[in-house]
Amino acid sequence: MKAHYGYKDGSGDWFIIIDTDKCVECDDRGCVPACPWDVLEIILDDYDDEVCAVVEDQRKKIKYSCAPCKPDRDRPPLPCVAACPYDALEHSW
Amino acid sequence: MVEYWRWKEYRWHDESKDWRKGEFITAGVDVGSVSSQALVVVDGELYSFSNMRTGSDSPESARKAMAWALEGTGMTLDDIGFVVGTGYGRVNVPFSNKAITEIACHARGANYMYGSSVRTVLDMGGQDCKVIRCDEKGKVTAFAMNDKCAAGTGRGMEVFADLLAIPIEEVGELSLQVDEEPEPVSSTCVVFAKSEATGLLREGWPKSKVLAAYCSAMAHRIVTLLEQVGIEKEFAITGGIGKNIGVVKRLEDEIGIKALPPTYDTQIAGALGAALFAQNLLKKKLAEASKT
Amino acid sequence: MITAGIDMGSKTVKVVIIRDGEIIGKAKTLAGFEAGGAAEQAFAQALDEAGIAIDDVEAIVATGAGRKNAPYSTRDITEVGGDARGVIRLFPSARTVLDVGAEEGRAIRCTEDGKVLDFALNEKCAAGAGAFTESMSRALEVPVEELGPMSLKSTKSIPMNAQCAVFAESEVVTLVHLKTPKPDIARAVHDAIASRIVSLARKVGYEPDVVLIGGVAHNPGFVDSLERALECKVIIPENPEFIGAYGAALAAAEA
Repeated sequence: MKAHYGYKDGSGDWFIIIDTDKCVECDDRGCVPACPWDVLEIILDDYDDEVCAVVEDQRKKIKYSCAPCKPDRDRPPLPCVAACPYDALEHSW
Repeated sequence: MVEYWRWKEYRWHDESKDWRKGEFITAGVDVGSVSSQALVVVDGELYSFSNMRTGSDSPESARKAMAWALEGTGMTLDDIGFVVGTGYGRVNVPFSNKAITEIACHARGANYMYGSSVRTVLDMGGQDCKVIRCDEKGKVTAFAMNDKCAAGTGRGMEVFADLLAIPIEEVGELSLQVDEEPEPVSSTCVVFAKSEATGLLREGWPKSKVLAAYCSAMAHRIVTLLEQVGIEKEFAITGGIGKNIGVVKRLEDEIGIKALPPTYDTQIAGALGAALFAQNLLKKKLAEASKT
Repeated sequence: MITAGIDMGSKTVKVVIIRDGEIIGKAKTLAGFEAGGAAEQAFAQALDEAGIAIDDVEAIVATGAGRKNAPYSTRDITEVGGDARGVIRLFPSARTVLDVGAEEGRAIRCTEDGKVLDFALNEKCAAGAGAFTESMSRALEVPVEELGPMSLKSTKSIPMNAQCAVFAESEVVTLVHLKTPKPDIARAVHDAIASRIVSLARKVGYEPDVVLIGGVAHNPGFVDSLERALECKVIIPENPEFIGAYGAALAAAEA
């Protein structure tokens, strides 16, 4: 499933989208340590699969948590996205 | 003092059914930030439910909702084989056997209420707004939940009902009594939209027009969340706002798709899905117990 | 040279008249639903205080959310530009400006010349601005001016889950029900706004000296929460809510 974690408020839409069907295949879980701000973790979902998710406490502030990785100019590839071998992670902004 | 935001609490049970003849009796309890529902399913069929305002104590609300759902049925908690808690307060349902997220439960509940053709469910709760895509079995294939912002939630609507001194159940109908659709309120924030609305009232706008402007802004906001996840037919709406025709109609007009008409109370989707999950888990549990 | 600045804020209109960079008259009125009229009123009051007539004012620049609707002004500048100019003039060592108004929060990084390097806005959301303290003071049933001093008496920090002013109001009502001491709740409210402002500050990368302006700077509880979250002290000018208009008046003198 495609899980959109994040929020929408007056300033815009801020979501990290994780394709958990692809996550399930992964043994590496490199995305979790790749994030310098501990935004990601592995959870057991409702269908009893171990998948990647945004940490609960971070879900309502990811705009700010992810900001350091997203300078306005010359943005390098995001560490979390680069660490995923299955292209399961994307950011809506 | 009249509290315009206070919607009616109620309960119901199927008097034609004798639950004692049932084999699998399970319950789902959905403790939301604004409302709580408890629901009993007997052999895969809806048997009874209650819908009430969540108090300041989640476990207490769960208990009250459950007791009310059982009132007059002769059933007690001991007769129930498995209870699943869901909703914001799901970890606080003391008598539950398992907690499952409201995302999974709403998908499952919508699948029961609207049939296996449902692929996109919009749930507008008291303090959140969810878009859930599911398959023919009611399993989630995608979702997004926004619970950061009141715009697009029941609380946002309650604030307006209060401001305009109109009982919340009448808000939707009243908003449709306009000759011409006004511009939506420009503020996405409920707090600012409220000041904006006060200004419009001063300019002489009738209440129906102010509500129309607000419902229109709400509908648009929800549409952007829907588009984030993508809409696939059939489309269905659950949650309290499903009863607000002012928002529903404007939503349908904007996305160009009609929502499946509800035949059940739209607020029970979470608890219903939870009770159905509970049934599967009960069957599994009994099957494993019989092996040993 | 005498110039004036009009700050058409969402809640209040501020007018500042300066002569050679010094403030000679200022006034503030509630914007209400007719901000233009409110601005004219404030202008008349400021002229009175300065002891001059409107013809004595050589140039007038407007700023603020409603700047396009300001009377008298010949041009307008952004709030960010006004804030930066105003602050640098008063505090040449300032490099970060935090402006918390009734409906908007802003973080601005500037150079020693008062030029803006970067800025971040938290507009359109009541939770990062003064409107939040107003709705919270209603939920706590205390006048808004008492919220600050009350929060300083807090003995415990409690987390606030709600990010939205509307949800926070329900949360506060629940906390009051559960007999949580009001000073602790008040402090949680200020901590919540402060954390939002600090997020904005982190986004632009803050460095000292940090100057706080805007109406909410009058709230000692908020200032305390902000300094704790930033881990540094903030400088607050006298009349923090007039700095935007002051900056606009300075801009009027530049041209």
